[in-house]
Parts: sequence; structure tokens; C-alpha cells
Amino acid sequence: MIVHTTSPQFKRNAARALADTQLQKALGNVKQGFIDKRRKAAEKLPEFEGLRDSARDIKNHTLEHLDLYLEAYEAKVKASGGHVHFARNADDARDIILSICREAGAKTVTKGKSMIAEEIEINGHLQANGITPVETDLGEYIIQLRNELPSHIIAPAVHLNATQVEQDFRRVHKDLDPKRDLSQPVQLLTEARAVLRERFFAADVGITGANFLVAETGTSIIVTNEGNGDLTQVLPKTHIVLASIEKLVPTLEDASQILRVLARSATGQEMSVYTTFSTGPRRASDADGPENYHVVLLDNGRSAMLGSDFEEMLRCIRCGACMNHCPVYHAVGGHAYGWVYPGPMGAVLTPSLIGVDKAGHLPNATTFCGRCESVCPVRIPLPKLMRHWREREFERHLTPATFRSGLAFWGFFAKRPALYRLVTRAAMGALGFAGRHRGRFKWLPLAKGWTKYRDFPAPQGETFQARWKRERKGKAA
Amino acid sequence: MKQERKPHIGLFVTCLVDLMRPSIGFAAVKLLEDAGCSVDVPAQTCCGQPAYNSGDRGTTRDIAEQVMAAFEHYDYVVAPSGSCAGMIKAHYPELFADDPNLLPKAEALADKTYELTSFLVDVLGISKVDAAFSGTVTYHDSCSGLRELGVKTQPRKLLSSVEGLTLVEMNESDVCCGFGGTFAVKYSDISGAIVGAKARNIEEAHTRTLLAGDLGCLMNMAGKLSRDGKTIEVRHVAEILAGMTDEPPIGAPTAKPAK
Repeated sequence: MIVHTTSPQFKRNAARALADTQLQKALGNVKQGFIDKRRKAAEKLPEFEGLRDSARDIKNHTLEHLDLYLEAYEAKVKASGGHVHFARNADDARDIILSICREAGAKTVTKGKSMIAEEIEINGHLQANGITPVETDLGEYIIQLRNELPSHIIAPAVHLNATQVEQDFRRVHKDLDPKRDLSQPVQLLTEARAVLRERFFAADVGITGANFLVAETGTSIIVTNEGNGDLTQVLPKTHIVLASIEKLVPTLEDASQILRVLARSATGQEMSVYTTFSTGPRRASDADGPENYHVVLLDNGRSAMLGSDFEEMLRCIRCGACMNHCPVYHAVGGHAYGWVYPGPMGAVLTPSLIGVDKAGHLPNATTFCGRCESVCPVRIPLPKLMRHWREREFERHLTPATFRSGLAFWGFFAKRPALYRLVTRAAMGALGFAGRHRGRFKWLPLAKGWTKYRDFPAPQGETFQARWKRERKGKAA
Repeated sequence: MKQERKPHIGLFVTCLVDLMRPSIGFAAVKLLEDAGCSVDVPAQTCCGQPAYNSGDRGTTRDIAEQVMAAFEHYDYVVAPSGSCAGMIKAHYPELFADDPNLLPKAEALADKTYELTSFLVDVLGISKVDAAFSGTVTYHDSCSGLRELGVKTQPRKLLSSVEGLTLVEMNESDVCCGFGGTFAVKYSDISGAIVGAKARNIEEAHTRTLLAGDLGCLMNMAGKLSRDGKTIEVRHVAEILAGMTDEPPIGAPTAKPAK
């Protein structure tokens, strides 16, 4: 599969995003919508910080023994009448899903929200093979109509405003009354619900993601706020769970622990509206459920992260708190990152999955402010992992040559204190003299990036070390 | 806890203060000496953070070893910067994690290194400074100090003791100013947008002065405010706490223009 990414053009994407007034307005919702809610939810739960530790520990333990838990999970799924398929990469996963759909004679496939489905670009693959995929999460449905990638891992259409959605609905839902009133968000919601209801009944296969896979019971768990996931997995004859291998947790108790930090970190809810457990196909005593239950487990580079500098990234439970709190994400939005996963988690994960040669900008385009790490429910040290990518880039000489030579030039002096004092004393003296009058420079050679947006304050002139020597040591000597 | 002799402090000036604004270093010296410390300034360049954050661990280690040797014999190492103190405190041990010879040295240095206001309040137990400043100030929490070292209440506590000073909190005082070291130059469009948002929050606090504890952030914010034609004075918190405001604010002309 060819990975479609614009991550190498991150700078261009970012500049475009910054100039997009509509997008900038929509991005305001990220700040307003998530940060306070998360803070309040965390403050209301006295054991929240302890639960974060516990969530981290559960994930670490699982990753340490991932092979065992995968085997245990597979055995339980089989015992409950389901099938488990291991997919090494995106191509394998696409083939497996297509063959299950063909076996089911599928014409229409409904989909719950799944980032793994985005990662393997399953929609395009199904479409190319004559099967119609229908996204049923409202945000995913909207971006499917627009042929876009999600711009946020839990709020895929957060980059849009209601007017744009109205235009899309009028463009696509042609059989509805063109004079209908769609001025209120709730009217958009009602229309989407009515359109999707038909699709739910028509679907032959339902594909969902998974927030957790429970080794103890062979259960897959999804959390949603719309209930679309339930209809996706219960109504069609065949249910496919598409998940990556790090979704495993040992027990239901473990899943319950992590659930307590998941929604709080994501949306500030105590729990999502729906938390749905599915274990195997419908049993004789069940009121409803699919006849066939398949689990497609995707690796796609993740097992290579085990035991590496980036293993901690596999703890991620996809809550989106890191991007909700990221000043860079707030400035440029998710699409600028150029692939499926945006924000701080994407800045670490994307290079792991598509290569740091393509995604090298992402771990560099950060101020290391650390706000992401401070809210991560599983305490992933995101800045540290981004720095590890910078180290890989430096080692592989992927860092731009001009930057490398600048760094080497600076390093030469920084390692020679006596020479450094001499040179900086002269340089600051000159710069201080030149800037003293105005106190700032509007332009400086080699500092275009800085002076494009702000003045450069002039130095006072004499260095601290020179003045110290003159005032203090001079007296003592 | 009376000590026999004065605590002997090695001042880690930081390269930015050394080069750009020595008066912050002298303010730090005054605060430390007023608090009963003896202060020395060994030969130094930089903590190595620019190399570290650029992925160049080799150069970083060379610089770190230099710092570890220069500051080995002091009781404490104090820096008027959360970022540089954070580099030494949080990252030097990480840098030498696989070096059994140097790790103990890195840890020893980390243990005795502090950001200035945190040292005054948390270690020396100071709650008052002898300074006056007439006017309103707002305080920006620089990221490394805030999140790596927990510097938040300490500067505010000390500021509250400055005679005549009123602290007005801005919105999102704990949100990054967009500096990020080389980020400000490498991704200047994004950095420009982030500091733009910060400048709006600063303005809306309607204070005479903006303070922070890190010169990098201060130069970024001062540069933006000055570019936008704003007249808010920008200073390092140490200058106010030491009562040393003779030097013009960051980015302001040396001699005040005639009115």
C-alpha cells in the first residue's frame, strides 16, 4: 500500500492552515471545548492521578508480556466462536477484510469510528472493489462526504463549522427537500441520523475499532457517544473488529480502571455515553448480534517499537488530550501533520509507522512545552520521545545541513569557555552598541525567522562574565 | 536549621543572560547575597540544551561534563532560568543514564541545582524580599520551570512581598509563549502565531509590566509586543525582586526619548 501523506510538506501545510480564517475559527473550539472540561473532571476525582499511574502500569505490564496476552486473547475469541486474523501490515489487513466482506457477499459496509481503518485506508480499498463503506460516526460521516482525513483522533471534523457541514449535506443528500431548514446543529444531527438509519439496515458487514481487547475473556470494547458503534456491530450479519495489537489489556478489571481515565481525559465526561462489550458472535440465547465475528489484529510496525526507545508510545489509549492541550495543534490543526495521527501523539507515532524520513518535521515542530505529557492519562513522556526522534534524525544526517553546521559552530565555542568569553564579549559589545539606541532590532542577518514576526531585543552590551570579572574579581585581585 | 557557614552558591548565569542581559545575573546575585549566601561565578558557557534538543547527544554530553566539573564543589547551583535549571536537574541524569562513571556526578549536580525563585522559597525558606515597585505586573509561567521543576507559587509568593506591586493574572499564564529555542526560528510561522495569542492574553491583563523567569521566553514576548507597538514593559522577575530596575526593560531603548 502506498502511504498517502503530506507530512514532508508540514511547513507548507502549517502556513496554509495559519492563513485559513475559517479553520482558525474552528480551532478555537478545541481550546474551549476540551481543556476546562478535562480539568474539572480530573479535579472532581480524588484518585485521578493514582488512576493515571495505574493505567500506565497496566499498559506497561501488558506490553512486557504482549505475546502471551495475544495468544490468550486469540484462544478466548476462538472459544467464543469468533475468528482472529493477524495482519503484519496494512496490505494484509486490507486483504483480510476484503475477503471477509466478499465471503459475506457484502455490498454495503457500515463503520464505527476507527483510526486503524484510517491507517490502512480501508474505505478506498473497499470502494475500489465494489463495496460501499459508510461511516456512521457523525464526524467521520462528514469527513467521508468531504473526502478528508480526520483532523483529530476523537473529533474527526473539529476543523469544520456548521455552515460547511450544511453545504455538504445539501450537496450529498439530494433527495431531500432543498428548502429544508438546516440552520441549527441539531437539524444537521437529525438529518444525519435519518440518512444513516437506512444504511444501518442495509449493511452486510459492520466494522468497528476497539478501545480495548480483553485477554481474559476475548472481549472487544468500544466507547462512543452516539451509539452508532452498537448499531454497526449488532445489526449486520458479520462484525469485524479492526484493532492494533497494543489495544490488549489482561482483564476486565484492567479495562475498567483505564476507562475511568479515558473519557475524563478525552472529553471530560466521567464515562462515554456508550461503553459496549462484544464477545464472539450471537449465541442462541442472545436477543441479537452478528452471526460471524472476526477480529483483525494489525501490527504495521508496532512490534518493532517493543523494546525500542519508542515502546512507551504503545501505551497510548487515543484520548486526544495531548492534542487538545498542544499550542502547535491549536495553531495549525490536525491536517497540517499530514497523516492519520496529529498532535503530540502523532509526532511520535507517525515517524514510527511511516518512517522518520517522511515525518521528520513532526517531532521537530514542537516547543517541548510539556503540556501534553502533563495531561496524558498513561503518562507517556511525549517530549522525550520526540527528542529521541530528533536524535535518530541527527544520527542519520536527516537534520538539515545548514542547521547542523550552525549547531556545530555554536558547539565549537560552547565547548571552549575561554574562547567563548573572548568571542561573545566582542560580539555582544558590537551588537549592544548597534542596538542600544532603539533597544531592539527589526532585522538581523541570519535571524529572518525571528524578525519576521517579532523584534530582537538588543543586548545590554557587556557580557555578564566580563562585567563580573571587572567588578568582583578585579577588586579581589 | 542554622548553618555554620554561608551556603556557597555557584551561579549558573545561563548563556542568554550572560550575553543579552547581564543585569538579570546581577539581580540574582543580589537576591542570593541578601538571603545570606556567598555567590561565585565559575567560567561557563551554556547548559547544552540547544544541542540536546537538536538530537546531538555527543556535544550535549561534552558540555554537560564541563558544567559538572565547573560546579562540582558548590553547595548549590542556582540559575535565573527554569529552562536551564531543568536541563541540569531533569535531563543531565537522563543523558548519563548508561554511564556508571558519570551518572553519580550528574545526579549529584541535579540534586543541588535550582531555579532562582524556587531556591529562595523552597530551599532557603524566604517569603519576603526587600524591594518596591509601583504598578501592576502580570506573570508568565515558562514551561520548563513550571512542568519540569514545579515553579509556580514561588515567584508569586515573592512578588506579593514587593511593596506597591499588584499582580494581575493573565488568561492562560501557563500556556507556552511559542519560543521553544530553535523552534522560534525553524518554525517561525507557528511560533509567530503562538506568541501572537500570548501577546493578546498579556494585553488583556492591562498591566504596566510583564514578568517571567526565563529570558528566552521574555525576549520572544518582548519582541512580539514591541513589533506590535505595545508599550508594556518586559522584565525578568529577578529584576523586580532585587529592586534593580535601573536598566531599561527588555527591548527598550537605553536612554528614554525626550517627551
